[in-house]
Formats: sequence, C-alpha cells, structure tokens
Amino acid sequence: MSPLFLFLSFVALLSALGVVFAKNPVHSVLFLILTFFSLSGHYLLLNAQFLAAVNIIVYAGAIMVLFLFVIMFLNLNVDTEPHKPALAKVAAAVAGGSLLLILVAALKDVQPTGVAAGTAFNSQIGMVAQLGMKLYTDFLLPFELASVLFLVAMVGAVMLGKREAGERNF
Amino acid sequence: MIELPALGWQSIVIFVVFALSLLIATYCTYAERVIAAFLQDRVGPDRAGPYGLLQPLADAVKMFTKEEFFPGGANKALFVFGPCLAMITALMSSAVIPFGNNMSFGNNAFFLQGIEVNIGMLWVFGVVSLGVYGVMIGGWASNNKFSLLGAIRAASQNISYELAMGMALIAVLMISGTLSLRDITLQQSVAGEWHFWNIVKQPLGFIIFLVCAFAETNRTPFDLPECETELVGGYHTEYSSMKLGLYLFSEYVNIFVVSAVMSVLYFGGFNFPFQYELRDWFVSSQGWELASAQNLITLLGTVGLFLKIFAFIFFFMWIRWTLPRFRYDQLMRLGWTILIPLAVFNILLTGGLILFGVI
Repeated sequence: MSPLFLFLSFVALLSALGVVFAKNPVHSVLFLILTFFSLSGHYLLLNAQFLAAVNIIVYAGAIMVLFLFVIMFLNLNVDTEPHKPALAKVAAAVAGGSLLLILVAALKDVQPTGVAAGTAFNSQIGMVAQLGMKLYTDFLLPFELASVLFLVAMVGAVMLGKREAGERNF
Repeated sequence: MIELPALGWQSIVIFVVFALSLLIATYCTYAERVIAAFLQDRVGPDRAGPYGLLQPLADAVKMFTKEEFFPGGANKALFVFGPCLAMITALMSSAVIPFGNNMSFGNNAFFLQGIEVNIGMLWVFGVVSLGVYGVMIGGWASNNKFSLLGAIRAASQNISYELAMGMALIAVLMISGTLSLRDITLQQSVAGEWHFWNIVKQPLGFIIFLVCAFAETNRTPFDLPECETELVGGYHTEYSSMKLGLYLFSEYVNIFVVSAVMSVLYFGGFNFPFQYELRDWFVSSQGWELASAQNLITLLGTVGLFLKIFAFIFFFMWIRWTLPRFRYDQLMRLGWTILIPLAVFNILLTGGLILFGVI
C-alpha cells in the first residue's frame, strides 16, 4: 500500500469520525467536505480523474454549499439543541450496532483480488473519453432518462422561482 | 509528440505562475484606483512613488500593521480559516491554465503551464465552486448578522450562477470535444487554414459566461455579498488587518484567473493571428532553426495571452465604475429565469449547428 493511500485513508476516516463527533453542526459539515476531498484523492489513485473532479464539483462544491447554507439559517447551537428521549438513543444505538455487525459479517472473508489475471490493466479506464463511450453505448437509455429527469427538476425550480402576476416585488 | 515534462522545469513554471498571479493581483488594486480615477475624472493615487506605483506596497504595510481584531463570540479557528481558504482556492485554479505553448531547449521540452491534465476545465470549475466556502465560513464565524447575511447571499448567488456557467461551458465542450484547456487552445488555431476563435462560434455562450464570471467573482454589479449600502461590509464586516487584505486580494486573483479562463476558452488563449506565417518567415527568410522560431512564437503568444487577460481585467473594472449594483431579487431572477433558459437554448443551438455541419 502506497503512503499516499494510507494518508488519504487516514484523513478520510478521521474526518468521517469528525462528522459524527463534532458538537457544532457547521464543523460537521466542514469535516464532511474534507471526507469528500479524501475520497476524491482515492479516485485519483484509482486513475478515475473525471470521477474525482465531478465528486468535488457536485458534492463538495454544490450539495455541501447548500447543506452549509441551510445549517447557517437554522442557527443550531448547544442551547437550542433538541434533547432526544432515552428510547430514541437506545434505538439508534441498536440500529447502528446491527448495521456494523452486518458490515463486519459481510466483509470479514473478502479477499482483495486486484486485476484479474490475464487481462492487461488499462490505464485509460477512468478517463473522460472512455467513460463517455461507455455511457453513450452500453448505458444510453438510463443516461438519457437521468438527464431528462435533471432537466425537469431544473425547469421545475425555475417555474417555482418565477413570480406570479400581481405578486409583490419583495 | 513531446515527452512528459521534466519535474524540474515544471516546478519553475508553477512558481512563476504563482508569483505572477500575486503580482498581477497586487497591481490590480492599483489599477482599480487609477481606472476609477480616470472614469470619475480624478487624479487617483499619485503620492507613493512615481505615478503612485508603490501604492500597493503602502497598502500592504498598512494592512500588516493594523490591529488584529477578533469579534466577541466569534469562532476563532474558522474566523482565521475563512480568508486563508478564499486565498487558497483563488490561487489553485491557475494551475491548469495554459499560459503558453511548449518551449524546447535541446532535448528539454516543457509546457508553459502548471500541470497539463485532461480534466483541466473541470478542475477550474471545481475550484471556482469551492471558492464560496471562504466567504461562507468567514461570514458565519464572525458572529455578526450582517456577515451572516453576506455569507448566505454569496452561497445562493454562487450556486445559482454556477448552473448557467456550467451550461455555457457545455456548449464549448460540444465544439471542442475535450476538457483539456491546452487542447481547446490548440484547436482554435490550425496551421494553414482560416480558423476562428471560439468567440465566433459561441457569442451567446460567451456573454452568459461573462455575466456568470462577474457573479462568481462577486464583482459589481453582482457584489451583493459585500453590499455596503445594505450590509455594512457584508461577509468581511468584522475583518481587519491582513485577514481583510486576503479577502480583498483573493477577489483580484479570482478576476485574473477568470479573465485567463475566458481568454483561453473564447479568445484563442496563446494563439495570435498569423503566428504560423510569422514562424515560417523566421525560418525561411531569417534562417532561424525551427525550434528557436517556435520558442519565439511561444513567448509572443504568452505576451498576447497576457494582453487579452489585461483587457478583460480592465473590462471588469470599467463595469465596476459604470454600472450600479443589482437588487438581490433582480440578481436571482436574472440567474434563474434568464441566463439558465438562455444557456439551455445555447446548447440546443450549438447542437443543431454541429448537426448541420455549420461549425
């Protein structure tokens, strides 16, 4: 394992723990952004440049900005933090514990195989051109359906934002 | 095909790009005052040094020696982190911009570009989308309502205009078929044929991109996050000393970078008219070697790119001292109900023109 991989994994795990343990929700969001960055680093190590860039643009650059935006509006802090009943805490612990159990049970016997013997590793596999060819040949229908869905969502947002006739300016 | 550039040369290029970004940003503060003075028929800074050329230095001394102020109840760590982040993200995006073609000395060939990656455009776009964090974190950590309002405005403004900007870029991608900024530049000038820059093929896309660039760099008429008339100083109300300096400075670095991106995407980057004819003239009439003629053309191209960048920077300042600020609801309406539909239309138009073989 390369030192870069170890470093990125260390940062990813540490910042993921930070998301959970940070008292301040804004700190949680910032830790989550750091987690996305280290994941993008992992994508780069796997030669998936496009995925790394898109991960940063979409998750770190857009979705997390909206997260931070909403959390800043909510003004959450220690005084206003709602205190959950004990039952909810126990239920959360049980649910999280069973998820951990399932993950450990499913992954404990996994052997890393690497590239299957006999097939040459293609260093261009994660590049934009390869990805585009794949999307527009084997996965054309799901790709187009997803893009139509996004377009509809965007048109819907613009429609909602449009002012009705006769409405006040502000 | 050129060999992969040696790390030694490339690190020099990266250092020079870094230093140049800072130097240009420094003198942008001077240029802003001079241009403001020119447009308002005033004299402008003329005390520090000849023609006031040492004004940026005087500003820096002032900024550094001012009191470091921390507002009560501020989140100290994030309060310091905000301006740092703004500066880091501003400087990162110049890494992939091709400031010149390749140079070769003997067997050493290298690009006048920090790093050449095949996702150059996505890198710029990603880093630009991260730029808003500096403003948001700083505004939130100040523990001040005006700062928070500025931060929230910055966030919603950047998200809204990123959409239209991305879609304007998609139209460029449809023409070029590559994400590498170097390849996009090289495509805009082909030896031996009559070839146009992308601005001719994408006039509407360029206008959309330009408007979004103003919004993304928080420049007037879209500088709502720091709108003095409503929000005291916006997100940097509570900042003093060099922390404020970093915020103001990162704005100028952003202007430099976005001007460079516009020059590369739409105005031919380091290409200039008749460059191949000039190179061939040096080779055939003056008896130069091809490599040294190419090096000279590369240098001239770099100078040309910087002239284009300076023209854009001047345009940014010209607009700032000419147009009044938008109202916030007007800004949002422009972004969502005018620019985005226009960008979608531009994509359809470009697709149609490509389909019928016009461009």
